[in-house]
Amino acid sequence: MSESSMLEKFEDKIKREVKIEPREWMPDAYRKTLVRQISQHAHSEIVGMLPEANWITRAPSMRRKVALLAKVQDEAGHGLYLYSAAETLGTSRKEMVDDLLSGKAKYSSIFNYPTITWADIGAIGWLVDGAAIMNQVPLCRTSYGPYARAMVRICKEESFHQRQGYEIMLTLAQGSEEQKAMAQDALDRWWWPSLMMFGPSDKDSKHSAQSMAWKIKRKSNDELRQNFVDATVPQARLIGLTIPDPDLKWNEERGSYDFGEIDWEEFWNVVKGNGPCNKQRLDARNKAHEEGRWVREAALAFAEKQAKRKSEKEQVA
Amino acid sequence: MNEKNDWPLWEVFIRSRSGLNHKHVGSLHAADADMAIENARDVYTRRNEGISIWVVESKYVIASNPGDEESLFDPADNKIYRHPTFYELPDEVKHM
Ligand SMILES: [Fe+2]
Ligand SMILES: [Fe+2]
Ligand SMILES: [Fe+2]
Repeated sequence: MSESSMLEKFEDKIKREVKIEPREWMPDAYRKTLVRQISQHAHSEIVGMLPEANWITRAPSMRRKVALLAKVQDEAGHGLYLYSAAETLGTSRKEMVDDLLSGKAKYSSIFNYPTITWADIGAIGWLVDGAAIMNQVPLCRTSYGPYARAMVRICKEESFHQRQGYEIMLTLAQGSEEQKAMAQDALDRWWWPSLMMFGPSDKDSKHSAQSMAWKIKRKSNDELRQNFVDATVPQARLIGLTIPDPDLKWNEERGSYDFGEIDWEEFWNVVKGNGPCNKQRLDARNKAHEEGRWVREAALAFAEKQAKRKSEKEQVA
Repeated sequence: MNEKNDWPLWEVFIRSRSGLNHKHVGSLHAADADMAIENARDVYTRRNEGISIWVVESKYVIASNPGDEESLFDPADNKIYRHPTFYELPDEVKHM
């Protein structure tokens, strides 16, 4: 079959909402875009464990601790589902991990902010996982089969993450003046970085149009951001917290909230590696990788030895 | 950063409850079969998703070529006589 007729067949599938599966013909740029997007997403799940891990041993109760532990464990699983999906496109785990460790690959900038109080764990679950869910639900319909299936699993698991975060915020907001102030302070610090999670505005997003045409992305950055604001503002109000945006206002005509301009300079600065924790996060990943090396090698040596023994025994028998 | 060898890739199949087939759920890396089962339990059955796990090293899976889709599967398209609705029976015959 000629390249042009394969392209035609591919585009027809996209049009008819038929999923593209591994080993089927696909345009090179489609494959590359997917590898970039899925591996970045996987890295985000993995690096995203770090800010929360910071509080596991200091969680204020057993109930909070088991929940946080389970959540962080879920994120490791999400990383795995996504790495596996990317591997079906012909890249290897090693390549992806190497790119993360060397700083070549990107991950979500939100994880380059520090978790300085317990309320930050509440804010992350509520806002960061909330934003992630907003992003991920439409990705369950993405055009690449393995990615869509990974997203379905992930979305099922995410909903408890957001609920546990919101419950932490609710509890703090109903507590002492000090606890309430702590919750408000966390919201103040996490609000804008959470809005930035949806990426640059549609007019500045260089990959968006093609990704939408290929149905890799199903909703635009600005659309998702607006949905997130509309969903979250009433949740803040319900627990008596204030969104730190003086321009936030209900727009009757649009049936949506108008909100202030995002500080894009800060956004690009963190993307470029100058956020408060970029270095700390990469150092932590590299340290874990290096310190785990002997375990990986020992496991492999053990497996080889077992296999050899087994084949020797079979020869004798 | 040069690792001697990556752990091999395994495909994971889960039986969600008795009476159902094992179904492919994804893949993972593990040094050997025992570890593949353990890892599969930890990542794919954290919420009672399964009662039985199969793992098989990915390199042993032989798959049909997507390019052969038409020659393999289209011949079944025009064999409507393999379906019960092809046969015309009197209305009086209620269930057959
Ligand atoms: Fe996640
Ligand atoms: Fe996520
Ligand atoms: Fe999450």
